[in-house]
Amino acid sequence: MEIVLEWFGWEIATTPLVLGFIGVLALLILGTIAALILPAMQPGKWSDLGPRMRSWWVMVILVGGALLLGWQVTAVLFAFISFLALKEYLTLAPTRKEDRLIVLLAYLSVFLNYGLIFADGLFDDSYQIYLVFTPVYVFLIAAAAMAWIGRTDGYLATVGIVHWGTVVCVYNIGYIAYLMRVPDAQAPAGGAGLVFFLIFITQLNDVAQYCWGKAFGKTKITPKVSPNKTWEGAIGGWITAAAVFYFLAPYFTPLEPMQAAIMGLIVPMAGFFGDITMSAVKRDIGVKDTSHLIPGHGGVLDRLDSLTFAAPVYFHLLAYFAIERF
Amino acid sequence: MLQTIRRYGLMLVVRPVARLLFGLDVIGKEKLPTQGPAIIAANHNSHVDTIVMLCLFPSKLLAKVRPVAAADHFDKGGFGSWFSRNIIGIIPIKRGAASRTEDVLAGAKEALTRGEILVVFPEGSRGEPEEMTRFKTGVARLAEFCPEAPVIPVYLQGAGRSLPKDAKLLVPFNTTAVVGDPLMWTGSHHGFIDKLRARIEALKAQAPPLKWS
Repeated sequence: MEIVLEWFGWEIATTPLVLGFIGVLALLILGTIAALILPAMQPGKWSDLGPRMRSWWVMVILVGGALLLGWQVTAVLFAFISFLALKEYLTLAPTRKEDRLIVLLAYLSVFLNYGLIFADGLFDDSYQIYLVFTPVYVFLIAAAAMAWIGRTDGYLATVGIVHWGTVVCVYNIGYIAYLMRVPDAQAPAGGAGLVFFLIFITQLNDVAQYCWGKAFGKTKITPKVSPNKTWEGAIGGWITAAAVFYFLAPYFTPLEPMQAAIMGLIVPMAGFFGDITMSAVKRDIGVKDTSHLIPGHGGVLDRLDSLTFAAPVYFHLLAYFAIERF
Repeated sequence: MLQTIRRYGLMLVVRPVARLLFGLDVIGKEKLPTQGPAIIAANHNSHVDTIVMLCLFPSKLLAKVRPVAAADHFDKGGFGSWFSRNIIGIIPIKRGAASRTEDVLAGAKEALTRGEILVVFPEGSRGEPEEMTRFKTGVARLAEFCPEAPVIPVYLQGAGRSLPKDAKLLVPFNTTAVVGDPLMWTGSHHGFIDKLRARIEALKAQAPPLKWS
């Protein structure tokens, strides 16, 4: 899709993706200015904002660069992200001395899961295999291998823990990379536009929830799991993300207005549940952050929490409504 | 020349690979010494511990950082010895039956005199994964020899899962290093190692919980 803008009598032809990147760049610059000014005005209160913004720059450049370079680079980047997320998860989740080999197998599933994205196009069934590979076959192999190793105390809990990790960190995140394989003709801004839109909406939902919560938050929504979250913040963020989704959908997705309205409501909600699910896991384990990899943010999983739920939901709804390929 | 290879090899190859495989979270990084002589004392579970310790330091300091390692294990000749001595930068130390007249700590003492930063594992051996054993007194004798060198306690967690003693497979897990406040020579060997051990034990509380049974 080409958008023609008029600017002081000039006509500039551009694409939704370029405008999207310019929008994100503007937000980053605003945030960076805030990170420079606010700590000087209220010393001590905003100490986290500087590293947080620096990390945002790095993340945006990495993901944006990968999207511009194509599906191969995006798949490799997200394979690394999945590996780092899975490693954070398996480091914190309870495992047993005998499970070292199983943990190694779980890492191997990253290669195979993303390998199937590379294989798409080589043979038609690759997508079908992707759908069942991690949720069914990695599960079967891990469960069988752990029984074979032979330690029975804690068996059931550990099988469940390993499966949870591979589905959330590898399979669900893999959908982001798989979206890049949507043929360009089937989406107004191509596969890259679809990925950009998913990540933009999910992160916008996180930020909007935080802002609405700060401004109007009173009633706790999940006091035991995530005590900082409020109904006011959650609903404010939800409506904001849904509205932005609805109005921008024509530029990034092939959705009809009604379909865009449905997805606009469901995708941010999935993100919210991904967020509180990861909070529940962290609370169960007894940590605040999953690592210190991303200064100001915590670990990879802390940043990805909402995407782990939003990505498969977004993918499946798009596939159902509009994408011929899947 | 070798120093340059060591510095850039550690910085451009070892550190990125180690970060990818072991995460290398550091708590209390500002407490690490910025100049020698100094002694870093950590608990020991895995060969990976040495790599983790080297990766804690900025590249400018790397030339001064010297892990003290068992000669019977790392200095057996051939390429292994060359790599341990020149790239990892170890100071080999004899374990077990050393003769009474020979000072096994001589190499380490010379390094302290040169103003280097020693990395020591007072347990002397890796032992069972993620369990701390008795401390040997070598670190106390080094502190006595060079009383102006602070002894910085570090608690390491996680490497014992990645590569425990006798394991053939390396499995990536994140590691955490917790750096504590420096200790100065107290005047008594056993008093000193008891205090050091207690400090390292106390640092454990700041590391994420380790659920590994």
